[in-house]
Amino acid sequence: MIFQSMKMAWESVISNKLRTFLTMLGIIIGVLALVVLVSIVSGATSRVTDVISSMGTDKLQVSVFDDSGKPLKMKDMEDISALPGVRAAAPLSQDMGATVKSGKNSASVQVTGTTAAYREIQGLSIASGRWLKSTDQENHTAVAVVNGTLAKDILGVSHTSEAVGKTVTISGVPYTVVGVLGEGSQMTDIFSMSAYSVYIPYSTLVRNSRTGGAINSFVVAAGEETLAEAEASVRGYLSERFDAGDDEENEHYYIFNMSQIMDSMGQVTAVMSIALGGIAAISLLVGGIGIMNIMLVSVTERTREIGIRKAIGAGNGSIMFQFLIEALMVSLIGCAVGVLASWGVLALISLISKTNFPMDPGVVTVAVVFSLVIGLIFGIYPASKAASKKPIDALHFTN
Amino acid sequence: MEQAVNEGMIIFRDVSKIYRIGDSVVRALDHANIRIDRGEFVSVIGPSGSGKSTLMNIIGCLDLADEGEYLLDGQEIRNYSENELARIRNRKIGFIFQDFNLLGKLTAYENVELPLIYQRLPRARRKEQVEDALNRVGLWDRRRHKPTELSGGQQQRVAIARALATRPSIFLADEPTGNLDQKTGRELIGIFHELHEAGSTIVLITHDGHIAQEAARSIKILDGHVENIAARDEILEVV
Repeated sequence: MIFQSMKMAWESVISNKLRTFLTMLGIIIGVLALVVLVSIVSGATSRVTDVISSMGTDKLQVSVFDDSGKPLKMKDMEDISALPGVRAAAPLSQDMGATVKSGKNSASVQVTGTTAAYREIQGLSIASGRWLKSTDQENHTAVAVVNGTLAKDILGVSHTSEAVGKTVTISGVPYTVVGVLGEGSQMTDIFSMSAYSVYIPYSTLVRNSRTGGAINSFVVAAGEETLAEAEASVRGYLSERFDAGDDEENEHYYIFNMSQIMDSMGQVTAVMSIALGGIAAISLLVGGIGIMNIMLVSVTERTREIGIRKAIGAGNGSIMFQFLIEALMVSLIGCAVGVLASWGVLALISLISKTNFPMDPGVVTVAVVFSLVIGLIFGIYPASKAASKKPIDALHFTN
Repeated sequence: MEQAVNEGMIIFRDVSKIYRIGDSVVRALDHANIRIDRGEFVSVIGPSGSGKSTLMNIIGCLDLADEGEYLLDGQEIRNYSENELARIRNRKIGFIFQDFNLLGKLTAYENVELPLIYQRLPRARRKEQVEDALNRVGLWDRRRHKPTELSGGQQQRVAIARALATRPSIFLADEPTGNLDQKTGRELIGIFHELHEAGSTIVLITHDGHIAQEAARSIKILDGHVENIAARDEILEVV
């Protein structure tokens, strides 16, 4: 009986291919929108959280807006490093739009001025050469540590070790490359837009870029379990220094706590997933109305068939079941096509953006369940309309 | 069931069917009394609009009488639910319609199989009964054809096979030759005679006196009134 109904439904579905396809299109587009949008959001989220966690969730990033005329100096970094809960602290000054040149090659890079402690705080690895030393900081040495991509593209070396000792000009000033970062050390900063990064001593950057000696930004590494303690002690130190009070919402400085950022990021993307998913679900709903519409037409067209079936012994249940199966078939085949199409679209987006956007299995489940429910809801009315036709009326019906 | 053997196959006692169209009341059947026994071949004759279709609908359990009593094969047909009526139609009545009423998307085999599917018979039993029915109308080798690939006469034979397949108590044929040419019509009537000789009860509804004459006995209907005519010779005179 079930097999027969499915066979009949299938024959009816394929007997009018264009109409069936157009009906399915509503579901296909709905599923496509739902799966692709939610997968992209969750892909982007996991990418950003990867970046944040690669920065380490045991770190604080501090920005100073108003130092009340008492700017932080290198001495303060030493003091902060000694605060309870703090493992290390390093100043951070970034020049986003510097131009790095070597021979005929040049590119826009992000230059970071910092100290020896920065490498340990960020967990950077060195592929060749060495990291910045404290003597580089003290002597304002013109040395630079570059990332692997820059070494390959700008310095034109095939192996990182060949880059050590070469000279690059950064904003017109020549620097000696002393080290190359290992793979996986590039994505250490969410604010980094460039594929190229260069690290030079903080003091050298200050001298060459006329920014003055004030430290307006620095990173702090806490111990394994001492992030909260470190945040409290840094807050205490800065508030006392700037007469700012212990308030988190003060005008003098702000402490970025990476685990807090992760949390709020998670909330934002969850809301985004729901909002985008909701919009896509609406288009699925519209697709369902399309199914109902075409099923109602189909019921009217097949009034005579219904009459014949009832005359030779079909009960209301059999008729209802047959039409319901047909609606479900349209919505589920549409869903399957939509999921396949989503897979293709996501693969294409991943290829173009060079970022992996995997299909979110959770949203695929939601799409399947939703299509099933829509097929049922929008199939029930036409099916019961078919089942309630009186056999004599249906038999004498002429199209 | 012993009792059923002694009783008639179809018994109408004062059956009326009333239609209200606007203010006017039409008695499509007016206190009809009919008795058709097991194994009889009876024709129902009357001009169009005489109440023939109403009679057929009530006999076929497609519609219910408004007044009176109808017994089919010893069972009183009362205010049953639609599903119960469908079940009675499925088990007891073999319909043969003027315009064949085969399902166009199904093959001859599948059309004949359909009422057996509604009986929820297992596949092997269905095949047995379909094969038997199609063989009896001589169309087993055409079983894979769809109705559009068959001639009118062949379609009507498939329809007869569909009626046969369930081994019903009665065959109810409504103008079965109406859409066929004379020669094919005669061949079809031949099949009815074969069924009759094999012991089936047949009710043949027609407006054609020549066709009606084929039956041993005829029931004449005019403006909802039923008149029983016993002798075959009288049939032509009433038309």
